[in-house]
Amino acid sequence: MEQLLNQIKKGKVWPFPGGIHPPGQKTLSSTQPITRLPLPDKLVVPLKQHIGANGQLIVEKGQRVLKGQALTQPIANWSVPVHAPTSGVIEDICHAPSAHPSALPELSVIIIPDGEDTWCELHVASDPSKLSHEQLIDIIHQSGIAGMGGAGFPTYIKADSRKAIEYLVVNAVECEPYITADDLLMQEHAQGIINGIEVMQQLLTPTLTIVGIEDNKPDAIAAMKKAAQHADNIIVQTVPTIYPSGGEKQLIKLLTNKEVPSGGIPADIGVLVQNVGTLFAINQAVYEGKPLIERVITVTGNTIHKPGNVWALLGTEIKHLLDCQGFSPVPQQRVVMGGPMMGFTLPTVRIGVVKTTNCILAPDHNELAEPGPEKACIRCSACADACPASLLPQQLQWFAKSQEYDKLKEHNLFDCIECGACAYVCPSEIPLVQYYRVAKAEIKEKQEEQIKAERAKVRFELRNARLEREQEARKNRHKRKPATEKSADEKQKIADALARVSNKPAKDDEKSAVAAAIARAKAKKQGDQLEPDNSEVAKERAARKEQARLYKEQKAAADTNEATHSDAPVDDKKSAVAAAIARAKAKKAAQADASTTTGDALVDDKKAAVAAAIARAKAKKAAQADASTTTEDAPVDDKKAAVAAAIARAKAKKAAQAEQLAASKNNNTEETTVENTPADDKKAAVAAAIARAKAKKAAQAEQLAASEKVNTEEATIENTPVDDKKAAIAAAIARAKAKKAAQAEQLAASEKVNTEEETVENTPVDDKKAAIAAAIARAKAKKAAKEQADEANPQTETSETSATFEQNIEAQAPVKEKPELTAQEKKKAAVAAAIARAKAKKLLKEGSDKS
Amino acid sequence: MTLFYALIALGSLALIFGLILGFAAVRFRVQSNPIVEQIDTILPQTQCGQCGYPGCRPYAEAIANGDEINKCPPGGESTVKKLADLMGVEAKPLAGGEQAEPVKTVAYIREDECIGCTKCIQACPVDAIVGATRQMHTVLIDECTGCDLCVEPCPVDCIDMLPIEQTKQNWKWQLNTIEITQVD
Repeated sequence: MEQLLNQIKKGKVWPFPGGIHPPGQKTLSSTQPITRLPLPDKLVVPLKQHIGANGQLIVEKGQRVLKGQALTQPIANWSVPVHAPTSGVIEDICHAPSAHPSALPELSVIIIPDGEDTWCELHVASDPSKLSHEQLIDIIHQSGIAGMGGAGFPTYIKADSRKAIEYLVVNAVECEPYITADDLLMQEHAQGIINGIEVMQQLLTPTLTIVGIEDNKPDAIAAMKKAAQHADNIIVQTVPTIYPSGGEKQLIKLLTNKEVPSGGIPADIGVLVQNVGTLFAINQAVYEGKPLIERVITVTGNTIHKPGNVWALLGTEIKHLLDCQGFSPVPQQRVVMGGPMMGFTLPTVRIGVVKTTNCILAPDHNELAEPGPEKACIRCSACADACPASLLPQQLQWFAKSQEYDKLKEHNLFDCIECGACAYVCPSEIPLVQYYRVAKAEIKEKQEEQIKAERAKVRFELRNARLEREQEARKNRHKRKPATEKSADEKQKIADALARVSNKPAKDDEKSAVAAAIARAKAKKQGDQLEPDNSEVAKERAARKEQARLYKEQKAAADTNEATHSDAPVDDKKSAVAAAIARAKAKKAAQADASTTTGDALVDDKKAAVAAAIARAKAKKAAQADASTTTEDAPVDDKKAAVAAAIARAKAKKAAQAEQLAASKNNNTEETTVENTPADDKKAAVAAAIARAKAKKAAQAEQLAASEKVNTEEATIENTPVDDKKAAIAAAIARAKAKKAAQAEQLAASEKVNTEEETVENTPVDDKKAAIAAAIARAKAKKAAKEQADEANPQTETSETSATFEQNIEAQAPVKEKPELTAQEKKKAAVAAAIARAKAKKLLKEGSDKS
Repeated sequence: MTLFYALIALGSLALIFGLILGFAAVRFRVQSNPIVEQIDTILPQTQCGQCGYPGCRPYAEAIANGDEINKCPPGGESTVKKLADLMGVEAKPLAGGEQAEPVKTVAYIREDECIGCTKCIQACPVDAIVGATRQMHTVLIDECTGCDLCVEPCPVDCIDMLPIEQTKQNWKWQLNTIEITQVD
């Protein structure tokens, strides 16, 4: 280690492999001092002049800016600001051709100078040596300093290196022909550069700072040595003139005998390289407070009358530079930005200079001839000898031409510094560097695509997983039903309902409808209360049965003079009232039990509503099919029945809702609905419609399919003129089917068969019996709903409801045929009813056995 | 007698080797078909379904099972070539007669025309479209694979497939400007 330091101090240099000796052509421009250009008419300042991200624009069109005022502020990592090079007005902020081989448009601020060149307020630290590390970094950052040697790497990042820096290397080599900007800068501002070096030393505390200068710049070497006299830790090293000793890696090798690992950065081996121009800019920023707004540019070439170096404001158009130095273009004039080796031909001269522009070369055809057409490689290996990175350019060329990117990577294409030495020596004039550049771009693109493809794959797989999960969730929602529907409680409920129904058939036909309603109410209430305590429920049930019987008897007495077959309005009203009362009671009971079964009741009611709506829809269809036979009396009856049913259902729903509300409010709604019952038909119909609408809303809230909703709605609205008998039958069938659907999933196969038979036999039975059947069905539907409610969440239940809904709708076709059977004789019906009852009893027994 | 010994010796040898082979077949069984993985990494992962399979992986599986290798238009000739190398089959032109090197595109939603129907969101295989019902949708260009699947479902045809914009980052030197002369 010590030895190396001593060797360096003795002035030893370690040559790097390869390298070429192109004619320097530096005396063209190195003899005159740096001049200052007159203010241009227009400045085009691109927002991005370095490697990294744009800063955020903080000025706007039409705004007046002062010299040195920041135009952008850094936002992201690696973003550095740009500043107004002179005072003036922002004419526009638009895309303008950029200083890049492609000249692709870049967002730029276009400033029209006002000619006054007024500085903004500058903040200069009184003693920079007392500034903290962070303050210095911030000054460098805010001054917009980026590497001025050519790469444009943000200096504040380099200066804030986390790795220990042993050697600070100052790149003053300037190995490319023609360029003398650094040479002149050192001759005229050596002290400023040394100040900049001292700032960097303060930041990085390196053991030694080595200034590397090629031996073709004796004046610069002398000036730098003089300026650095006072410091022992700055040595000025003379290096032989060879291209590309100014390359970062080559210079490190030259001065320290260290090699930067492939794919690594100099900081990895404790070395940091800064260009003299950058160091001078740091000096300006720290000691004078001036941001980076101008730089030295060599304007040279045989077509320039006064070749030399100029201080050019950043954003000055190339055209202005050329014009000021006297430019007489030749046909097919080329203007190169950068040197002849690594520079690129500009597509237009109306491009602003940027922080990395060190030379504008306007050669005539003799000094820099157009490359001739490419000829075949003769395998002379001159390129391999010239390569400073010890690569095999010839080999790389073959692979690049055949697009074998893997082979290129194996042959370390990415260690190529694109110096152009290989192309320079190639006797076949093969533009080797061009091939490498294209191949590098291709490889980078392929890598990016690969990364993108990988990401797309992951996203695609994640999406598929998500869709599958959703599918699974949906399926599970349906599956949960059968698993939960076999509990003893539920069977008990079925049994109870059947028992109640079977108790009733002995009564008069007219009463049976009422009884059915009561039964329904009871079933519901019991369902609510079943879970907490069965004995209590049994007691209540008994009491309610008593009441129901009383009602029935009263009604029977009132109805004796009425014809038995057709439903008189009075009868209907009474029955409706009775039903309402029964339901009110049921509701109260439910309220008493609200704490345990709120959710259940809600669901229950909604399902009942839905079932009713379906039934009605079917009834309507049946009626339409049979419209010619409808009598005038019938609709009235039917309407009333429907109204009653609707009101009842509305109440049920309200009750469910009210369970969550205050009890008093509940009572009110009850009263109003009860009062509605005797009201005239139309009003009742309206009420019914409202009730149904509410039911629908409830259903909607549970996310039923829109189409189904619409169907229900239409059905309920047109429902009124339906023939009552048929409607009732249809309803019964519908309910029976709902029940079947429910049962299919909850009862054993044998039970299912029984119920099916039962419902089949119910069909021909006359309307009153149908009503009984309906009651059973409803009871079962309720029970099914409750079962679902017990274990599934409300949403799940709704989906199940919609499922039954669909099943019901599918069952419409048979419904339409059945009304024709209704004309059968009462006796037959009675017989059928008896059979049905017997079966119901059987079911009951089975149910109780199992429970 | 010698014949017998020979038969017994050969028979027992056959048995031993049979056992070894049988054991090896069970013990060193290759779990999945790694060729599918290899094919899948070659495919461009646009998930566009232009091959007739629902995504790149199903097509990779199909190729492993002997399907044609030239059904991937987004991959272009280079993908076909790579697949041909991997599968040891002849490279053939793309089945649909598409151009050899497809232009990379990304979807772009003309946002003032978007009605917010979410249909494109459902169609996107990589969830690269964001938006909500009756809200404007937009494409995450970095995630878009250019699969075209969102164009068809759009009821107002407000989705364009635009070639990826050229920037200084993805710009490439033009090689075709280099003149070449043949030296005889």
